[in-house]
Amino acid sequence: MKQIKTIVLLFLISFLPLQLWSATEESAAGGLNISEIVLEHLSDNYEWHIASYKGKSLSIPLPIIVRSSATGAWSVCTAETLPKPFFFDAAHHGKIYEQMPNGSHVRPLDLSITKVVLQIWIVVLVLLCIFGYCSRWYKHHDEKSEAPRGFVGAIEMIVMTINDDVVKGSIGEKHYKPYAPFLLTVFFFILTSNLIGLIPIFPGGSNITGNINITLFLAICSMIAINVFGSREYWKDIFWPHVPTFLKVPVPLMPAIELFGVFTKPFALMIRLFANMMAGHAVILSFTCVIFLGWSMGVGFGIGLNTFSIIMLLFMNALEFLVAFVQAYVFTLLTAVFIGLAHPQAETE
Amino acid sequence: MENLPSILTPDLGLLFWMLFAFLVVLFFLVRFGFPAITNTVEKRKQYIDESLAKAHEASERLLHIKQEGETLLQEAREQQAKIMKEAAETRDAIVEKAEEKARQESVRIIAEAKQQIAFEKQEAIRDIRSQVAELSVNIAEKILREELSSDKAQQANIDRLLDEVSK
Repeated sequence: MKQIKTIVLLFLISFLPLQLWSATEESAAGGLNISEIVLEHLSDNYEWHIASYKGKSLSIPLPIIVRSSATGAWSVCTAETLPKPFFFDAAHHGKIYEQMPNGSHVRPLDLSITKVVLQIWIVVLVLLCIFGYCSRWYKHHDEKSEAPRGFVGAIEMIVMTINDDVVKGSIGEKHYKPYAPFLLTVFFFILTSNLIGLIPIFPGGSNITGNINITLFLAICSMIAINVFGSREYWKDIFWPHVPTFLKVPVPLMPAIELFGVFTKPFALMIRLFANMMAGHAVILSFTCVIFLGWSMGVGFGIGLNTFSIIMLLFMNALEFLVAFVQAYVFTLLTAVFIGLAHPQAETE
Repeated sequence: MENLPSILTPDLGLLFWMLFAFLVVLFFLVRFGFPAITNTVEKRKQYIDESLAKAHEASERLLHIKQEGETLLQEAREQQAKIMKEAAETRDAIVEKAEEKARQESVRIIAEAKQQIAFEKQEAIRDIRSQVAELSVNIAEKILREELSSDKAQQANIDRLLDEVSK
């Protein structure tokens, strides 16, 4: 009985896009460009689009802050009131470009609070709220009173898992202390970003960790953490590794490879996180688009295709929920392992 | 390179805001967030370890006290038995002594009684003897007075008496 209810509900949901589609059909006029839609949803934007209905779109305007390359003057505005020399360049995915006096197009210094930036700040706010709440709990209790329950207990459990198993386990008892807060911050930042990215409407839904800038920044932080505080043995191993001498004296083959490795490690971190999250979002968006596509092919075909794609959507969302955690965990774990490798005497102990 | 999707192109503004936001969150979490949790957990771990050690020690001590108590009880029991035995002995000794004393007393009383009886007897005998003597004197007197009522009889008596004496 319960299952029948679920199936009926699924069918009802699969009928739902019928009305939505009939609304958008007129405006779209000519077919559905899925890759365009998916890319548009994945990319950054100067306004936060929430919904479209009958050609009108509901969106939150976000402040644009640009510095003109020609005059050096700052202008603050929204997408509607963009002043003259600037324009949204369709050839560059709608980024703001400036028309120079000589007719060329250049990218001005653009510090706009875009969708992704706002989403990052929402993540920051969420993190500060969570840990503010938790640290307040700890302020009112000492170790002799009870252990936390519920939400604080769950946070404590995750923090201690990362702290003990990942950070302490990978870096070693001796050196892990200064890195632990950084790695914990990275973990929770990525985790929160991933999870918030899965919420489909306003306070979430923007694709943060699927944007190369964010993962690039995180990878640079990891690279600094790995290399700047690396021990002498670590650097010796890079420039004078334990290999036969002919591999390093006339032509520094091994040192070159080792030095290359210094950069490939964070690069792999960057690409792994980016690709995983971007792909997850893309697949979910594609299945959502398939619903619309199905209805454009006729009702009978639509019901079949929609049932399938809704099941897949639910499955993908569940999978992404897992991936959100796994990717945050993997990023933290690998950074911790690399930091541990940069302190080799801790390994041998 | 020019026309990569925007999610693949590095963007200075986004990097700047990411740096700023990340530094903010890093500052606050490193300052107020994680140390509070990890330190408390560390302290709690120490506290639990200490408590466990203390509990272990206490249980050991309790065991020790139990053993001590048992030995004490055993000793007390022995002591009690000893005291009981001593008491019994003392009681026996006292009873024996009392009996002895009683016996001696009775002997003494009997002896005294005998002595008294003997004394009384002698007294009585003496009394009787004096009375007998008195009686006999009286009787002799009466007899003599009877016999010496004539001179002739007096002379004959004197003669007989002198005979008796001279013999």
